[in-house]
Amino acid sequence: MTDYSKETVASLARKLANGEASSVEIVKSSIERIKKVDPQVRAFLRVEENDALESAVMADKRLASGERGPLLGVPLAIKDNIVVENRITTCASRILENFKAPYSATVIKKLRAAGAVILGKTNMDEFAMGSSTENSAYGPTRNPWDTKAVPGGSSGGSAAAVAAGYCPASLGSDTGGSIRQPASLCGVVGLKPTYGRVSRFGLVAFASSLDQIGPFGRTVEDAALLMNAIGGYDPMDSTSVNMPLPDFSDSLKKDIKGLVVGLPKEYFIEGIDPEVQKVVRDAADRLAKEGARIEEISLPHTEYAISVYYVLATAEASSNLERYDGVRYGYRSKNGADLSSMYTHTRTEGFGAEVKRRIMLGTYALSSGYYDAYYLKAQKVRTLIVNDFKDAFKKCRIILTPTAPTPAFDIGEKANNPLQMYLSDIFTISTNLAGVPGISIPGGFSSGGRPIGVQMMAGHFDEDSLFAAAAAYERLRDTSIAHRSPNL
Amino acid sequence: MKYEPVIGLEVHVQLNTNTKIFCGCSTQFGSEPNAQTCPICLGMPGVLPALNREVVAKAIRTALATQCEVANVSRWARKNYFYPDLPKGYQISQFELPIAVNGKIEIIVDGRPKTIRIHRIHMEEDAGKLIHGENLGDPAHSYVDLNRTGVPLIEIVSEADMRSSEEAKAYLEKLKSILQYLGVSDCNMEEGSMRADANVSIRPVGQEKFGTRSEVKNMNSFRYLQKAVDYEIARQTEILDDGGRVVQETRLWDSTRNITLPMRSKEEAHDYRYFPEPDLPPLHVSNEWVEETAKSLPELPDAKRERFAADYGIPEYDAEVLTTDQKLAAYFEEVVKSGSDPKTASNWIMTEIMRVLKDRGVGIEQSPVTPKMLSDMLNMIKDGTISGKIAKDVFVEMETTGKGPQEVVREKGLVQITDEVAIGKQIEEIFAANPEQVAGYKAGKTKLIGFFVGEVMKATKGKANPALVNKILKEKLG
Repeated sequence: MTDYSKETVASLARKLANGEASSVEIVKSSIERIKKVDPQVRAFLRVEENDALESAVMADKRLASGERGPLLGVPLAIKDNIVVENRITTCASRILENFKAPYSATVIKKLRAAGAVILGKTNMDEFAMGSSTENSAYGPTRNPWDTKAVPGGSSGGSAAAVAAGYCPASLGSDTGGSIRQPASLCGVVGLKPTYGRVSRFGLVAFASSLDQIGPFGRTVEDAALLMNAIGGYDPMDSTSVNMPLPDFSDSLKKDIKGLVVGLPKEYFIEGIDPEVQKVVRDAADRLAKEGARIEEISLPHTEYAISVYYVLATAEASSNLERYDGVRYGYRSKNGADLSSMYTHTRTEGFGAEVKRRIMLGTYALSSGYYDAYYLKAQKVRTLIVNDFKDAFKKCRIILTPTAPTPAFDIGEKANNPLQMYLSDIFTISTNLAGVPGISIPGGFSSGGRPIGVQMMAGHFDEDSLFAAAAAYERLRDTSIAHRSPNL
Repeated sequence: MKYEPVIGLEVHVQLNTNTKIFCGCSTQFGSEPNAQTCPICLGMPGVLPALNREVVAKAIRTALATQCEVANVSRWARKNYFYPDLPKGYQISQFELPIAVNGKIEIIVDGRPKTIRIHRIHMEEDAGKLIHGENLGDPAHSYVDLNRTGVPLIEIVSEADMRSSEEAKAYLEKLKSILQYLGVSDCNMEEGSMRADANVSIRPVGQEKFGTRSEVKNMNSFRYLQKAVDYEIARQTEILDDGGRVVQETRLWDSTRNITLPMRSKEEAHDYRYFPEPDLPPLHVSNEWVEETAKSLPELPDAKRERFAADYGIPEYDAEVLTTDQKLAAYFEEVVKSGSDPKTASNWIMTEIMRVLKDRGVGIEQSPVTPKMLSDMLNMIKDGTISGKIAKDVFVEMETTGKGPQEVVREKGLVQITDEVAIGKQIEEIFAANPEQVAGYKAGKTKLIGFFVGEVMKATKGKANPALVNKILKEKLG
């Protein structure tokens, strides 16, 4: 069987278009690779083999009838917090064990319309709460580059699925870095779009004002192709923004001469891994050589981002997760003797430790008597952070930073130290608070052979500049990066 | 000591939109349990609310009709609590920035007008219903019906401006009247489409500071509201007179025992943890929208009442009663437009028609006597075809058979006898049969005139024109 594990969305689409390959062949090859390799990686929670083959047959028919499209017949993986009608969605939680969604997310409908083949659902930190995919009720996912290491999180399964060569692209969700950080740790491209760019309808909510669905791919181009398919206004999501969606393929070839790239001084602090720092500085140099203007900028309220995030995200989560009460769907404990104890037992048994920790934090932050000191204060500081970015984007078009402070850490290394774990997102959280888009592009490797990503951010709805800069960097970076792949 | 009651009302009103507030499900009352639900109102993982604009339109109408200021920007908030009829674990409501504030309503109690201020109006979604298994022969389980989940509500919160249960009742009646005029709700208290909670406290007469209040819930009629408020006033008075202190608490009206009882403290120990709803952007209402809505408002009860009194010359009281219900007012106007005297029409509507409606338990739109039937009958009285007394019989016949007055009069031969010769002849016969009474009258017992009138009416089956009977009797008796 042909090996498609190093293909991209674009290259598969070409092969499908000129008849070199059929969708069924590609999908079978994907499934075979998953069966062979995934016991080591455990990126998938469920592979929907029958659905995938059925979709592939459909895609081949569409191709045969002359239809062409960048995703038509291409296999993708979906994070298990995005619902697919009549299929199980667990959010890697015991409380949604065997939960079948009665409807499909808007992004799933869009992908199906584009002819993409959904292979199955990927592992994640329970309810997207975590940075290592260790907080899954179904066991951790491993980093394809080094199975002793975490893949990052919370979208670790979707990042690992691409890194492991199961499929060229996948969808994740990013609330505080949950796409970009695992992309960095797994050596793939990961984009968090502007808040409001992609419909959240059908994304199981963690923190509604921060959550955004976005793509993983092996290349910036693939991320752009997925964005073309999933982006745009959705009347079902009142926070999605009604504005035209540009063709992001056009952004990729744009010249970066004269592009002002800002390096925020607050992001190059003590404690940051020197190898990570080196990769980002090198990225700046390469962009400068191509004609970009590198300038130091300031995002003065950066140091408050993590505190603000853990108040607001947990507050929203405490409310969003109230629906898991054992009444209508999902897990219900048999230990409850009355309503109140049924609630208590169901939630005690159904949620994992990190989820419970965040529900408690958020409940506390919203409690009467504490609301002003925590939630309201955090909202005010969030506004300051938003303003930091507005000011910064008056001076530059792109902000360049590390994605994560370190390369992938070992499984178990931070599992018992939530605060240490929370710091993994120190460079990614601000973009969610500000609502701006951010992308992580592979930029190098640590001496231990673990990937290191480079993060770029742009202003609200300026994915165009983001893709232009990211694609330029992809062309300019060390060419060996693209040719390395994990040894599985 | 003498106390003054202080009462404020929180009224929940279901808006009569076709679909729910945040999804496309129907709002119809009385269908199969859970038939009118979808992933959104079931609170499935991943769903998001999308606002029904019609809800906002109806809230704005209500706000303008109660002279509120409509907010250009209002916000949605989540009210968090666990209950099986609340599938999301929170209710989407408005908290800090409601759609409207600072309104007022005029009420009339014992002929005296009074202004009751409105503190705020906000929009929210209704919860579902629990059906306890006892009623289904299954006491071990409770069942959840989520048809009502997501039905739009507005909550209208008054200031604590009412000083008696009569004022509270009058306020609620006026509110209902306004809402029905606007066509935003059917305001059926029994079906729960209008629900009132009362905040009641008392204070020594002359004291400015409010006393400690209790909140009374579960009154599903105007009568129960009034009774519950009176009960609370009496209960609190007794506590204070005995030197005790009123506890701030929520109490439920028990309509079988006619008392209020405290809710179990567990049920009210809620910290709702309100915070802005992140799934919905702030609601912007343009001045143009408000102005257009203002232009589209119908003539409201107060304006109609004043017009009725001025244009038709009917008493204030009649105008008040007739304009409480928009359809009743329309009925009256239709009768008057056909040429009937307004005061006569008003009398008939307020006595006979309203009695019939009450007996049948129906609204004016289902009255068996149509405006045309009533005005035709009133015209027959006016032109002397029938007497006022016969008219009562005609009315009963119209009501029971649905036949028009002409037909009733023809079939029953009820045309008034106005032939003086015929009446005179009848009187002569009665004199002949009752010589003692004739003698008595002539000897000064003039009250006997009533006896003769009665005999004539009896003999003519009430058809003789009473005025003529009186006139001829007097002539003949000298």
